Amino acid sequence: MSILHNYVEIAAMILFGVGFTTLLLHRNMIKKIIGFSIMDCAIFLFLAAKGYIEGRRAPIVENGVQDMEAYINPIPAGLVLTGIVVSVSVTAVMLALTVRLYRRYHTLDIDEITQRCRMEDEPDIISIGNNAERVEQLQMPASAETQETSHTEVSDESGKEVGR
Amino acid sequence: MHMQLWQSIPFFCIILPLGCAAVTSIMKPRMARIWATAIISIVTVLSAAVTIIYLNGAEPYTFMMGHYPAPWGNEIRVGMLEALTALVFSLVMLLSLLGGMKKLDEHLARQNHSLYCVVLLLMTSALMAQVYTNDIFTAYVFLEIMTLAACALIAVRKRGRTLVAATRYMIMNLIGSGLFLLGIIFLYDITGHLLMENIGDAVKHIAETGEYALPLKVVVTLMCIGLCIKSALFPFHTWVPDAYGYSTPTSQSVLSSLVSKGYIFLLIKIMYRAIGLDVIVKTGILDVLFVFALAGMVMGSLSAIRQNDIRRMIAFSSVAQIGYIYMGISLGTDAGMMAAMFHLFSHTVCKSMLFLAAGGLADASGNSKAFRDLRGAGYRSPIAGVAFTIGALSMVGFPFLGGFVAKFNFALAAMECGDIRTLLVLLVLAVSTSLNTVYFLRTVITLYSKPLETASYPVEKGQRGLLFSVSLIAFAAANVALGLFSQQVISAILRGLSTFG
Repeated sequence: MSILHNYVEIAAMILFGVGFTTLLLHRNMIKKIIGFSIMDCAIFLFLAAKGYIEGRRAPIVENGVQDMEAYINPIPAGLVLTGIVVSVSVTAVMLALTVRLYRRYHTLDIDEITQRCRMEDEPDIISIGNNAERVEQLQMPASAETQETSHTEVSDESGKEVGR
Repeated sequence: MHMQLWQSIPFFCIILPLGCAAVTSIMKPRMARIWATAIISIVTVLSAAVTIIYLNGAEPYTFMMGHYPAPWGNEIRVGMLEALTALVFSLVMLLSLLGGMKKLDEHLARQNHSLYCVVLLLMTSALMAQVYTNDIFTAYVFLEIMTLAACALIAVRKRGRTLVAATRYMIMNLIGSGLFLLGIIFLYDITGHLLMENIGDAVKHIAETGEYALPLKVVVTLMCIGLCIKSALFPFHTWVPDAYGYSTPTSQSVLSSLVSKGYIFLLIKIMYRAIGLDVIVKTGILDVLFVFALAGMVMGSLSAIRQNDIRRMIAFSSVAQIGYIYMGISLGTDAGMMAAMFHLFSHTVCKSMLFLAAGGLADASGNSKAFRDLRGAGYRSPIAGVAFTIGALSMVGFPFLGGFVAKFNFALAAMECGDIRTLLVLLVLAVSTSLNTVYFLRTVITLYSKPLETASYPVEKGQRGLLFSVSLIAFAAANVALGLFSQQVISAILRGLSTFG
């Protein structure tokens, strides 16, 4: 049980750390998603490494060998497959979100996106963006006039997005 | 043993919404909404039936998927606690959908209506699976379905704020699920099992022999922290206000009251069934949760006071309430867990009602959520006003309402501990309750005070239709019932917990 013997598990943990920190700390959305993929792959690598027993084969009965000792446990492989499916769908959703963010803010930097989003409707807390709501706001006598100009651009763009 | 018909109900509660979600995507908007309402109603009725059966004293039952026995097959387990939780979750889901139905027309593009129903059905299915499953990896898969569905619920309203909120929500949740998954894999590695009962036996054995002490500690830490991040415990709550604050009312109410509770219920289940409370207590992770929880109870309330937007205020109040629940869990006793479960129910029925009512009040005030515009909203939208008042009183801890019983039981559970924790809990409970009172009663007073002279409101906006009123009345009744029949609920929870392990 030396460190060298468990090199795959160690590599998996290092990769997990790399992926985790990238997902948590990196500002670029695409790199965050890459970090997430690395993190999940590291877990799967760990699982696959743990599920493998030296000298045994994949659990598919070959040449009539029915001895349990000849094969490895199929469950870890099954878990990896399930995990990959989950991971792929999450990646897809994240990428879709990133596309929409980029269309709206023209940047991938999450800090800058957050900042621009705050600027967009910080001066007041009345919700903007939906056309139906905007019409209602225009009926409001007090603060509606001032908002209208600054938010026309935003609602136009969201309108386009719906169109697409 | 011969299987009775009702014993397959939990399985149908999971598979029915899951299967029907796929069909919903091709339906017309109106049809999809009726369909989703019908399916969730069926799930609610079925859950109610199971609850009644268990209230009459049925034994916990394990449903083998495909009839493969224990170490190989996948299992569903149903007992008193699961049945009751499923009932509360499905009922709140149904009422949230009904209450926010009218607003969906306004907030969603027409082609997205049926997709929204798909997401709601998926969420229902995932919640039911969280409640019933006995297999820890199945729990993980449905956990991710829940995360994705929740992300869709946030982002469905096409605005910058919701989009960014959804992204930040996803990032935090992916970190949480990454840690949780790693925990599951480590646990599988040292125990060799995925079913909670078998894991429990193996962990007991490991703990006795003292083998793998460090890996076990790591496993417990990873799982607890992972689920804490996902359910927005205090230092991990940064995504909450935006995510809860800016989506459509149904989403707000589902996100705040159900999604985080699903994760907490899973955590309680793992603590009791998979790892065992005594092992968890020995690892010391509960002390960490305890500190986070107490900090959350105070900081959440302090942030809520500073808010100028009613929805953000309710969202921050959620942070504090999640702190309460985790405080109960982290006491590490049955009494604490019971209080936590009770507060889980009372917060679920209360917070969803508050969000829906706030939506109604804002509607009656020219769609403004700022307090200055909400003055007098209680007169303009009477039902929403009354519902909000009941919810606020329950959150503050007014007698005869769910929140009071929960706080009372937290205090009792803390008294039982008899060390420094007793003092801390009582102190923080008092501080947090007074802070709650400040912001909730301030809001209620605002709702019933005279509107500003300059303001004029569109008259017809107070009417949000029959469904909205029905949903709010049902929610209010549920809150009062939870307070009045608290003894029955508490004894049911205690019975569920005693047969849990």
